Amino acid sequence: METVVAQVFTGLSSASVLLLVAIGLTLTFGQMGVINMAHGEFLMAGSYTAFVTASILRGSALSLPVALVVGFLIGGLLGIALEATILRWMYDRPLDTLLVTFGVGLILQQLARDIFGAPAKEVSTPTWLSGTVPILGYGFPVTRLFIIALSALCVAGLFAMLRLTDLGRRIRATVANRDLAESLGISTRRTDRTTFFIGSGLAGVAGVALTLLGSTGPTVGTSYIVEAFLVVVVGGIGQLKGTILAALGIGIGRSFLESWTSGSMAQVLMLLAIVAFLQIRPQGIFTTTTRSLA
Amino acid sequence: MTSPRTSFAEPTRFAKAGPWIALAVLAVALLVIAPLALSPFRLGLLAKYLCYAIAAVGIGLAWGRGGMLVLGQGMYFGLGGYAMAMHLKLADAGPNGIPDFMQLYADGQMPLWWEPFRSPLVTLAAIVLVPGLLATILGLAIFKRRIKGAYFAILSQALTAAFALLLIGQVKTTGGFNGLNNFRGFFGYSLYDPANKQMLYLIAAGVLLLSLALVAHLQRSRFGELLIATRDAEERVRFLGQDPAFPKLLAYVVAAVLAAVGGALYVPIVGIISPDDVGVVASIGLIAGVALGGRASLFGPALGAIAVGYAESTLSERFAGSWTYFQGALFVVVLLLLPGGLSSVLAKAREAAGGRRLRRVHAEAGEVAAA
Repeated sequence: METVVAQVFTGLSSASVLLLVAIGLTLTFGQMGVINMAHGEFLMAGSYTAFVTASILRGSALSLPVALVVGFLIGGLLGIALEATILRWMYDRPLDTLLVTFGVGLILQQLARDIFGAPAKEVSTPTWLSGTVPILGYGFPVTRLFIIALSALCVAGLFAMLRLTDLGRRIRATVANRDLAESLGISTRRTDRTTFFIGSGLAGVAGVALTLLGSTGPTVGTSYIVEAFLVVVVGGIGQLKGTILAALGIGIGRSFLESWTSGSMAQVLMLLAIVAFLQIRPQGIFTTTTRSLA
Repeated sequence: MTSPRTSFAEPTRFAKAGPWIALAVLAVALLVIAPLALSPFRLGLLAKYLCYAIAAVGIGLAWGRGGMLVLGQGMYFGLGGYAMAMHLKLADAGPNGIPDFMQLYADGQMPLWWEPFRSPLVTLAAIVLVPGLLATILGLAIFKRRIKGAYFAILSQALTAAFALLLIGQVKTTGGFNGLNNFRGFFGYSLYDPANKQMLYLIAAGVLLLSLALVAHLQRSRFGELLIATRDAEERVRFLGQDPAFPKLLAYVVAAVLAAVGGALYVPIVGIISPDDVGVVASIGLIAGVALGGRASLFGPALGAIAVGYAESTLSERFAGSWTYFQGALFVVVLLLLPGGLSSVLAKAREAAGGRRLRRVHAEAGEVAAA
C-alpha cells in the first residue's frame, strides 16, 4: 500500500511538470496550429534562470519565487520574439513551423552550451523546501509537494483567466472561430501574441520547477518536448481538460511502469500505449465537434 | 492552324526525358568523376552522405509529394543499420562465436533472435522486409484511422524516440548507448582494404541512382498523380471514390525501405551505428537536406542531403559547435524564406523563361489572328 501511494505521488509530481509544459503547447497549438518545438528550449531557459538567480541571490529564501517570476517573463519574451520574427509569417503552413522551431531550438541549445557549458548544472534547493512531510504513513519530499501545488495554481489561474477575464474571452473566441472573432472586432493578431506569451511563460515556470527535481543541461528541453506533445495529442488539441487528464494519466502510468520494469522500457511501453490509444480515439480524449472536414 | 496551347498541355519530348538525362549526368558524376577526383578519405565521406541521400529520396516522396512529415525515419534507418551491424558482428565472430561486446556486458549468452542474422541472405532480406512490414502495419493503422498532419508527425517522432530508448535500454543485446561498432569485414571483404572501401562507395552510389530511378518512375505513374492529389486535397480524393490511405501507405513504405537501405550501407561505410543515429534529432537531421534541396523535386532531396552532409563535416572540422548554429539557421532560413528549397529557385527561373516563350507564342498567335 505504501509503495502504491508513493508511486501515485511521484507520478503526480512528474505529471505536474509535464502538465506545465504541455498546457502552454496546447494553448499555442490549439489557437494557432503552430507546433512549437522550441517550447522545450523555453523550458531550458527557465531552468537556467533558476540557476542564475540562485547564484546571484546566494542561498536567499527569495531566490525561488524570484526565479519563478523571472522564468515566466523570460519564457514569455522568448515566445513573443519567436512569434513576432518568424512564426507570424507561417500561419498558413503549420507543419513547417515544426521544423523552423526545431531550428530555433537547436540555436538556443547551442547558445546555452556556449554560455553555461555542456555539463549539467545543479541548483541547490532552498532550505524551506527541504525535508519531508508524512502523509498516509509515507514521507513525501516537500519539493515535490511544492511542484504539485505550483502546477495546480498555474492551471487554476489559467482557467480563471480564460473563464473570467476579457482576454480569456478573446482567446476562447479566437480558438472557436477565428474569422467570426475578427468580424466581431477582436484583434486576433494581438490575441495570438498574448497567448504565445502566456504559453511560453508557463514553459519557463516549468523549467524553474524542474530544477527542484534534478540538474539542468542544454538538452533538458529535448527530453520533455516529445512527451509533452504526446500529452497534447492524447488530450485533444486545444483542450485544457484533456491535457490535464492526459498529463496525469501519462505521468502516473509511467511511474507505475517504472516500478515494474526499467526506466527506458517504461517509456517505450508508455509510448506504445499512446500509439494504441490514438487508434481508438485519433482526435484525443476530448474533441470539439465541428462540421469541417479536416 | 494549330492552337499554340497544345505545346503546353503536353510535356515536350525533352521534358519527358529530362529526369533520365539528369540521372545519367549524375551517374557519370558519381561513378566516374568522383572516384577519380577525390582522395580516398573524401570519397569515404561522400559515401556517408550518399547513405543519407538514399534516405532523403524516400523522405522527398513521402513528405514532398505525399505531404506526410515523416519525423521518424531514423527508426527505419536504424532497423536497416542494426540488421547489417548484427550480421557483420556475427561474421567477425566466426561460425559459432558470439559478438565480442556480449561477453563484455553480459554473461556471453546470445539471444535467439540474433541467430538468423548469421546468414547473409537472411540479413539482406531482413533489411528490406522488416522495415517494410513494420511500415505497412503502422501505416495501415495510421492512415486508415485518418491520422494526419501534425498528429502523424508527432506520432512518428514518438515512435523513433521509443526505438532509440529501447536500443539504449537493451545494452546486453544491442550494445546500448555505444551501439555496434568495430567491424572488420563486409561479406568476406576486409574493411581495412582501400579497394574495398571504394567498392562500398560505388555500391552506395549505385543504390542511390537506383532509388532515384525508382522514385522518378513512381512520380510519373498514376500512383504519383494520386499521391499529389491526396497531399493537396485529401477529402476530394475520397469523394472521387479513391482511398487516400493507399497512395500514402505506398509512399510511406517506400520511404521506410529506402531509409533502411541507407542505414544498412551506412554501417560498413562509417563503421558504427548507435542510438544517436536513430533518435529524434538524427531523424529531423535527415529532413534538413530534403528541405534545402526542395522536398517535392526528384533530385533536390538527394543533392540537398549531400550538401548538408558536406557542410556538417566541414564546419565541425573547423569550429566545434558552429555546425549546430548553422543547422538551426538552415531550418529557419530555408523553411521561412524558401519553402520549396533550392530547386524551386530553379523552377521559378525556368518558369520565367517559359513565361517569355508563352508571351512570344501569344504574340505570334495574335499576329496570325490579325492577319
